[in-house]
Amino acid sequence: MIQINNVSKWYDKFQVLNNCSTVINKGEVVVICGPSGSGKSTLIKTVNALEDFQQGDIIVNGISLSQKGIDLPKLRSRVGMVFQNFELFPHLNISENLVLAQIKVLKRQKTEALERGLKMLNRVGLSTHKNKFPGQLSGGQQQRVAIARALCMDPIIMLFDEPTSALDPEMVGEVLDVIVSLAEEGMTMMCVTHEMGFAKKVSHRVIFMDHGAIIEDLKSADFFGNNKKISPRATEFLSKIIQH
Amino acid sequence: MSTFFDWQIFFKDTGAGQTYLQWLLNAWAWTLLVSICAWIIALILGVSVGIIRTLQNQFIVFLGNAWAEVFRNIPLIIQIFIWYHVIPSLFITLRHVPSFILVVVALGLFTSARISEQVKAGIESLPKGQRQAAMALGFSNFQTYRYILLPLAFRIILPPLTSESMNIIKNSSVAFAVSVSELTMFALQAGEETSRNIEIFLATTCLYFVSTLFVNQLSQFLERRVKIPGTFGGDK
Repeated sequence: MIQINNVSKWYDKFQVLNNCSTVINKGEVVVICGPSGSGKSTLIKTVNALEDFQQGDIIVNGISLSQKGIDLPKLRSRVGMVFQNFELFPHLNISENLVLAQIKVLKRQKTEALERGLKMLNRVGLSTHKNKFPGQLSGGQQQRVAIARALCMDPIIMLFDEPTSALDPEMVGEVLDVIVSLAEEGMTMMCVTHEMGFAKKVSHRVIFMDHGAIIEDLKSADFFGNNKKISPRATEFLSKIIQH
Repeated sequence: MSTFFDWQIFFKDTGAGQTYLQWLLNAWAWTLLVSICAWIIALILGVSVGIIRTLQNQFIVFLGNAWAEVFRNIPLIIQIFIWYHVIPSLFITLRHVPSFILVVVALGLFTSARISEQVKAGIESLPKGQRQAAMALGFSNFQTYRYILLPLAFRIILPPLTSESMNIIKNSSVAFAVSVSELTMFALQAGEETSRNIEIFLATTCLYFVSTLFVNQLSQFLERRVKIPGTFGGDK
């Protein structure tokens, strides 16, 4: 479904992605981890072309991102994305947040969009909050709405960029639960996270990145199970974050 | 002088078939007309140029920046004189354009540079993630500005925009320099004719004050209307 082929990216002379290649199959849940500044967020943002790249190619659902003149808005509308800082639109209430892109981008009727929006809101357990504004919800609730907003667009894949990093500890669980239930339904996902317990539970594969390069690309069981299979760098990283 | 204030002066005939009060009100109308017309030009151009200055295209950004620098780095009165004296001698067809129009254009362009600066700053002050979130949902560049960035930026810049709207009324007073018969022109001429500078200038000052106060109140009303619940200053 998604092919990343030898992708490299530079900011001026500084290389942020170094020859990254991997394939994400339909229904697969892939967790991307690694120290900060290793290029995890940049990598998943290249998948919906929020970040460009100078070398290599990414093919999303048969469309090559390196070719010129592709309809980026159309492609992005089918790739759901959840951000670290939620990024709900603060001047719109929850219902409006859920329906705006459906109406303006997918050209759905208002009633159809609202029906779909409320169904997704119900799914993340927040239907009673449909008339509130984002600023009136907790961080965890906002992130669940953000997931619902992405789901409204019937995405073929969901990208999560550290979805729990900006949350208070007691709200991490409610957001991870939603993501776990999505995984159980067979949603294709790429998720950047530091939550290794969650990664172990939900992922089929783990990609470990360092200095812009993919160091490990292993089945989840291999990554977490037998430490002899992974590089010293990844072992060191795991030991550091699992200790605490 | 029999009494300190002699307000009867306003009911005296000017010798041109109207009282000084009628002249005063007429001048006030010109002040408001110049201000409103200039404000419409300033808002349309200022918002457009402000948006342009936040786009990706380097060349367009350069043009926008050049616009802002040209119109805000030259004193307003010089700009008005340039429109009045220099441009008509360069373009002969402009020789018969009324000075009212020239003043409106000059004041409008001058203020548009300042508004563009505010619009640009307002858009740039938004979290980068808002633009990314809108684009990730498939919004086009136009839709991102129309539905997300501009409604948010507008709320942020409402206070400086209010100051700018008040400034435009006050700045319209330089129109007297090219013989538009607005309030300042009235004050100077009527003051000279009647030798009643205190009354004339008090009345003129009051009308400027009332006009800008009205703008201020209108804007505060607007600010309350567009407040976002759950944000700083909004209802819980």
